Amino acid sequence: MRLYSTLKIAFSALGRNVMRTLLTTLGIVIGVGAVITMMEIGNGTTIAIQRTMASIGADTLVVVPGAVSISGVNQGSGSRMTLTPQDADAIVKECPAVRSVAPIVRARTQVVYGNRNWVPTYIYGTTPSFLDVREWTDLDKGEAFSEHDVLNSSKVCIIGQTIVSELFGGESPIGKEVRIRNVAFKVIGILQKKGANVMGMDQDDILLAPWTTIKYRVVASSLSSGNQSSTNTASNAEVTAVSQIYPNIQQNLYYVPTASEQADAPQPIRFTNVDQILTAAQSGSQIPFAIEQITTLLRERHHLRATDLNDFNVRDMTEIAKAMSSTTELITKLLLCVAMISLVVGGVGIMNIMLVSVTERTREIGLRMAVGAEPGDILRQFLTEAIVLCLLGGTLGIILGRGSSYLVSAVLHWPTAVSVGAIVAAVIVSASVGVIFGFYPAWKASRLDPIDALRYE
Amino acid sequence: MDLIELRNIHKTYSLGEVDLPVLKGVSLNIARGELVALMGASGSGKSTLMNILGCLDHPTSGEYWLDGHEISWLTATERARLRNRVIGFVFQSFNLLPRTTALENVLMPLIYTKENLNEHQKKQRATELLRRVGLADRIHHQPSQLSGGEQQRVAIARSLVNNPRVLLADEPTGNLDSRTSEEILEMFQQFNSVDGITVILVTHDPGVAKHARRTIHIKDGLIDGTEQPVHEGIA
Repeated sequence: MRLYSTLKIAFSALGRNVMRTLLTTLGIVIGVGAVITMMEIGNGTTIAIQRTMASIGADTLVVVPGAVSISGVNQGSGSRMTLTPQDADAIVKECPAVRSVAPIVRARTQVVYGNRNWVPTYIYGTTPSFLDVREWTDLDKGEAFSEHDVLNSSKVCIIGQTIVSELFGGESPIGKEVRIRNVAFKVIGILQKKGANVMGMDQDDILLAPWTTIKYRVVASSLSSGNQSSTNTASNAEVTAVSQIYPNIQQNLYYVPTASEQADAPQPIRFTNVDQILTAAQSGSQIPFAIEQITTLLRERHHLRATDLNDFNVRDMTEIAKAMSSTTELITKLLLCVAMISLVVGGVGIMNIMLVSVTERTREIGLRMAVGAEPGDILRQFLTEAIVLCLLGGTLGIILGRGSSYLVSAVLHWPTAVSVGAIVAAVIVSASVGVIFGFYPAWKASRLDPIDALRYE
Repeated sequence: MDLIELRNIHKTYSLGEVDLPVLKGVSLNIARGELVALMGASGSGKSTLMNILGCLDHPTSGEYWLDGHEISWLTATERARLRNRVIGFVFQSFNLLPRTTALENVLMPLIYTKENLNEHQKKQRATELLRRVGLADRIHHQPSQLSGGEQQRVAIARSLVNNPRVLLADEPTGNLDSRTSEEILEMFQQFNSVDGITVILVTHDPGVAKHARRTIHIKDGLIDGTEQPVHEGIA
C-alpha cells in the first residue's frame, strides 16, 4: 500500500465530515497557536529582559592589561601598558561577536566648579560609543560629545546626576565650565540616572570626556614616563600629599627633572596606551565567542608567541550573565510546560474522535480486511488519518499563533519576535501527538476481526 | 487436485464454560470452474463454513486445501494477502463505501494488492469490469444514486477486480426483488461460464440454489447431501 493511496484515503475520510474534522483539530489548533503566540511573546520578553540586563552590564566585557612584576613584586592587574586605542578599533572591526567598543582612560582627581569641589568615583576618558556599550545613549539633557571631539581633544564633558547635585545644586550645568586639574571642561550633557551597580558603586558619580583630552591634558604625565606606577612621583599632587603624611616612605632616589627640563628633553613616545577597553557582546549568548575572538585578535596584535602568556585579561560579568541566562531559561521552560499541557489536551481530543471514527467505520474496516487489507494497512491508514488531522491542526495553529502574536504586538504593544524554532517544534510536536494519540485507535482498528466487523451494525 | 478441498473441518466456539460446536466434520470438494450453491437454514453452520472458505476464519481442526496449499493455520496477515489475491466477496448488503463513486469502490481492493500496476492500468481494469456488469454510464455515481441491483453489480465488479479464482457470494440476492435477483444470478452464471471463475453461492433460498450446477446442503454442521438440479441457466 503506497503512501499516496494511504493519504488519499485519509483525506477522503476526513473530507466526509468536514465540520467534525475541524472541531477535532480545534484542540491542536488552539494548542499550537498558544505555543507559538507564547513563544513569540516569550521571545520578545526575553529580548526585552536581555536589553534590561545589558543595561546593567550583563553583556559587557572588560579588557584590562596584564600584570607586571618588578623584581618579583607583582604590581597587580592593569599595571602593564599593552592596550592601545588601535586595539579598540581593531576589536570592533574584526570581532563579529562584539557590538560596540570603548577605550577608557581613567583619572581620579578633583573636579571644581565655582567654590565647590568633588572627587567623582569615575572620571573616564573615552569615546561616544561608551554610552552605547553601557546602554546609556539617552541623555537627560544636552548631548554627548562626538568622535570629532575625541580627535580634537575638545575640552567638553558629560556628567552624571550625582555630580550635578554635588557641584551645581539647583543650577543647570549645561554650558558651564568645570575644572579638572586646572583644565576647564565645558559641560555639554547630563546622563540619565542609573543608580548603584550590583556592587553598590554609584554609577551616577561619573564624568565622561574624550579620552584624548583626559589622556593628553589631564593625566599627561603618564605619557612621557612610560609606566603609570612610576608617574606617581613628586609631580603628582596626590602622592605628594601622601608623602607628607608618611614622609619617610617616599624617598626620591633620583634627580627629578623640573617641568621645563622635561619639556626641553621629552622622552621618546612609543605608543599611547589606554587603561582598559570596554566592549559589549552582540548578545548574552555571544559572550563566550566574543571573549575568544578578542583574545585571538589581541594576541595577534601584540605579537605574542604560542608559548607566551596573555599580556591582557578579558573579564565578563559572569554573575549577571548567569542571572540573565537562568531567567530566560526559566521563561522558556514555563512556556514549554503550558504548551505541553495544551497539546496533550488536544491530543486526547484527537484520540477520542479517532476512537469514535473507528467504531463508526467498523463495517468499512471489515470490508477492507475482507478484500485483502492487512492489519498493518488498517493501522497505517488510521495512523495517517490522525497525523494528517494533527498536521492540519498544526498548520492552522501556526497561522493562528502568528496572527495573534501580530495582534498582541500591534494592539498591546508587547514586544514579540518571530520564533522559527517554535514553528518547527510545533509541526514536529503535532505530528508526534498524532502518532502517540492516534496509535491506540489505529491499533484497535487493526485488531478487529473481519467477520465481526462486517456484521457490525 | 480440486481447487477447494475441505477435510474433516471442525469449528467450535467456546462460550465461557460451554463449547458450542458449529461444524462437526465437514468434508467437500469444489473443482475449478464449478458453480456451487451452499444451502442451509439459518443456524445450520453455513455462515461459519463460508467464513472458513473465504479465509476470514480458520477451523478448529481439519485441513483446508486451497489451490494446492494447506491454509488452515495461516496468520491474519497471510490470510489477508490470500483473500486479496484468490477470493472475491459479494455480500447481501452490498457493503459499498458511502460517498465514494462506483469506480473508486471497484478500485478499492487494488489499493492493497501486491501486483505492480500503475494508476492507469488499475482504472482501465475497473472501468472494463463496470462495463461488463452493465454500468459503463454510471461509473461516477455514488451508491446513494444507484438502485439495489446496480449497487450489487458494483459489488460484483469490485469482487472481480483482482482476478480471483473463487467468488464467494453470501445471500447476494437477499436484499433484491425477484427480477433483479434473476439478473444478478445470470451475471454470476456468465462470469462462471465465460471467465471460468469458480462461484460459490451461499443461500437459504432454493430459487437461488437452482441456478447452480450443484447444491450442497448443510444441516446442523454436517453435509446433508449434494444434488445436481436440472440445469436451466444460460450456459
